[in-house]
Amino acid sequence: MKKHIAHLALAAGLAASVALYAIAPQLDDYAVNILVLAGINIILAVSLNLVNGHTGQFSLGHAGFMAAGAYTSSIITLSLAPVLASAPAWQAQAAFFAALLAGGVFASFCGFLVGVPSLRLRGDYLAIVTLGFGEIIRVVIQNTDALGGARGLEGIPPYTNLLWTFGIATVAIYVVASLVNSTYGRGFISVRDDEIAAEAMGINTTKYKVVAFVIGAFFAGLAGGLYAHFISYIAPEGFNFLKSVDVVVMVILGGMGSTPGVAAAAVLLTLMNELLRDFEQYRMIVFALLLIVLMIVRPQGLLGNFQRRKRKASQP
Amino acid sequence: MDWANLTQQLINGLSLGAIYALIALGYTMVYGVLRFINFAHGDVFMIGAFAGLYVHRWLKPFFQWMPEFLSALLVLLLSMCLCAALGILIEKLAYKPLRQRSRLTVLITAIGVSLLLSYGAQLLFGAAPKGFPQLIKNETHDLPGAVSITTEQIVVLVVTLLLLVSLRFIVQKTRMGLAMRALSNNPTAASLMGVNTDAVISFTFGLGSALAAAAGIFFAMLYQAIDPFMGILPGIKAFVAAVLGGVGNIAGAALGGILIGLVETLVVGYSKNIGIPPGFRDAVAFVILILILMFKPAGLLGKSEREKV
Amino acid sequence: MLCGLLFSGCKKKDSAGNPDEIVIGEFASLTGATASFGQSAHKGVRMAVDEANANGGVLGKKLRLVTEDDQSKAGEAATVVRRMISREKPVAIIGEVASSRSLEAAPICQQNKIPMISPASTNPKVTQTGDYIFRVCFIDPFQGAVLAKFMLQRGWKNAAILTDVKQDYAVGLTDFFKDYFTKNGGTIVSEQSYSSGDKDFKAQLTSIRSTNPEAILVAGYYNEAGLIASQARELDIKVPLLGGDGWDSPSLVEVAGDAMEGNFFSNHFSAEDKSPAVQDFLAKYKAKYLESPDAMSALAYDATMLLFDAMKRSGTTDSAALRDAIASTSGFPAVTGNITLDANRNASKSAVILQIQNGKFRFVETVAP
Repeated sequence: MKKHIAHLALAAGLAASVALYAIAPQLDDYAVNILVLAGINIILAVSLNLVNGHTGQFSLGHAGFMAAGAYTSSIITLSLAPVLASAPAWQAQAAFFAALLAGGVFASFCGFLVGVPSLRLRGDYLAIVTLGFGEIIRVVIQNTDALGGARGLEGIPPYTNLLWTFGIATVAIYVVASLVNSTYGRGFISVRDDEIAAEAMGINTTKYKVVAFVIGAFFAGLAGGLYAHFISYIAPEGFNFLKSVDVVVMVILGGMGSTPGVAAAAVLLTLMNELLRDFEQYRMIVFALLLIVLMIVRPQGLLGNFQRRKRKASQP
Repeated sequence: MDWANLTQQLINGLSLGAIYALIALGYTMVYGVLRFINFAHGDVFMIGAFAGLYVHRWLKPFFQWMPEFLSALLVLLLSMCLCAALGILIEKLAYKPLRQRSRLTVLITAIGVSLLLSYGAQLLFGAAPKGFPQLIKNETHDLPGAVSITTEQIVVLVVTLLLLVSLRFIVQKTRMGLAMRALSNNPTAASLMGVNTDAVISFTFGLGSALAAAAGIFFAMLYQAIDPFMGILPGIKAFVAAVLGGVGNIAGAALGGILIGLVETLVVGYSKNIGIPPGFRDAVAFVILILILMFKPAGLLGKSEREKV
Repeated sequence: MLCGLLFSGCKKKDSAGNPDEIVIGEFASLTGATASFGQSAHKGVRMAVDEANANGGVLGKKLRLVTEDDQSKAGEAATVVRRMISREKPVAIIGEVASSRSLEAAPICQQNKIPMISPASTNPKVTQTGDYIFRVCFIDPFQGAVLAKFMLQRGWKNAAILTDVKQDYAVGLTDFFKDYFTKNGGTIVSEQSYSSGDKDFKAQLTSIRSTNPEAILVAGYYNEAGLIASQARELDIKVPLLGGDGWDSPSLVEVAGDAMEGNFFSNHFSAEDKSPAVQDFLAKYKAKYLESPDAMSALAYDATMLLFDAMKRSGTTDSAALRDAIASTSGFPAVTGNITLDANRNASKSAVILQIQNGKFRFVETVAP
């Protein structure tokens, strides 16, 4: 039953992506800009939610995976650019898709590297290690001339459109949601709820943590690739710690472990960013206060009531 | 081997390490009593530097009547008091309601507090770096063998040492210190024995924040410019220092801080010789962190603790 | 509901807005880490627009300036420029100071065929984006060569370099400096780097000190340059430090104090220049804002005035015609020197060398291209 709903949602999401793509010419550039950013944020938030929400690990390095994907895919399309410029559009789009996938795969490899040391770490330690990994990725890019170093990469072909963005966002939501709702995926939640008990029940917690990191990083890498091929210019500074925090805020406000809530929060925060442009300086202060108050009065998140789940008080 | 160069790098690394050590102590003490990482500690360090700037600005008219070391001491002590109050306030408002909640909830709150402090500071003080006044007349003293040390570096090293000695005294010889150790050993037993848990936690936060404020002022003294996001990196590096020394271990935090400061400075100073670009400076601490967590998670001076079911 | 909000205002509009006005777009970092550059530039643009309006506008129409803040943040420049182009339909866009943010906006302006004039992005790649992208400042290769030339003239043949590897501008400056310097008989004795936001440069400076350079190039922005100068003096390094236009800010001396004395940097203009264009600009700027202009405000003013000049010459605000008029700018009398745009849409103009004396930026000499 649930499976049918998931497939239906997948089909509906893809149809909506096509519809959005179809009406895109009717929209002005700014509206398209906001929609693409919203789509990218959905991918980032939903994928981070798999790690932070469903599996109960705490990653602060999502921007690093995004950077890994953005740079990998951009290097590929940039090196193919002379060939693709004269090739038919469908070939360029196919090459773009392949580049995106390569970026995702490389990002998931980075996710694997982070996942491994995380096996022996818990909550707060892991947060700092992932933050460190994110920073290391940034520092390496910054000091690598082949990647443009601090100067960044410019002239990336603008292949990203609404179809790619929302198509991938739909797939990300589908994959994460059906993974978590599957028998296999219950393991993620068991790792979050009580790691020791899960281990005692014969669940390979190690494997679940690594899988969560790898899948989360894969989609972050895709999001990075989409971003790079939308803005056409990337520099390491754009993938710093504060970018990771932006995604974390979406996940927490949306409600950790609630895929619809997190996706909604991603869209809402993207829009708020635009609507509150004149109050930019207050925006982060409001978010920070919201985080603190939320944790005290409503730890399941602002929109977390889509999937209310009983949470037990954690060990002292 | 160029010994003068090496000695000079060691002096520079030591004064940077002293600052990391002071911040690391705050992490370690809070972890000792509450078992969580106070993510906002680096921002208290930043607020300490800004407190120094403004205290100096407000009290400037009075400084002409007192010797230089007294005015500098006044700025230091007042800023430490302000930050101690801030630390206690943060604990009371944000962390105390979460005492029995999961670690993750507390961590998120701490990130919230950290963001609130840095973006709040940006709103109040502006994003552009601000110059920090010279608290003491800074002179360069030549040491034998083409090595030099500045007055500020001497002050930082001496005052840090004094602070460390007094901290050790507080923890080992006073009733409050005894209570802190009891709480860190076994919270339930401590409270059953009549230790006022709330008071001890408040005291720990105040003490840690005061040390962070001192570190903030030293940092600003040595490097002259302060900005609202200056706390992020030193804060994280100091956390690494705390882990390196063994979280919860006070001597370990001091040792870890000094080591991180030294390693970082040497990596930058000898980047050509070891083939690591100096741009990798900020990655050094994280590589150390990952190595220590993989091979000796209890830290250099810590003892390993098994998680109980 | 939010979707409705998003779409209602966003339908493509064909109306050109008010026919009696010409919209000029500007994007700048009014807040965030490089707010001081953005605000200076904005003052320059504002002054040019007000001045033109006071003289009856351009082509008989009033000018309306639309300014967007990109918060000194990656990604924001692209968003605000798209917003401006979609909503306000500007005929041309002025911006940005930082090359990284100009590089984000340039493809969008190019795609929409809206001329973009950057006041101060010195990275060569900015104008390579396309034929609608211009700049009124010199580029990094030229500035690097100017500094190298100046050092060699003074007989400083052994130079050390300290580069901010986090800033594209600084890395570019260093590359071109090295190229010119070593080809013309100079030796680089030490090459060190740092990242913006660093506060501790003693390790790098100690290494530099052990190589005994005669001068040190500090390629980076004023925040760190000030700290580097004072830490260099603490380590007893007495040779002069040199920098590029990124040093141009009152904060340079504020942070470093006496340690900055005697150092040099290259810049776009000097307030001490006695030419009437500069003096006239100074007087007007001081009257309007009660403070002295810096190079960013002068360049932004020039960029805007050059745009108005091109509009007058082409007699229309049609984008292709306006583009051609800007491209054919030759010998335009600007505050920062006469501007001729070359085939690569870069300004070919001279640079000045300034020295810090008694906390002031003193004019030393002009270096021609």
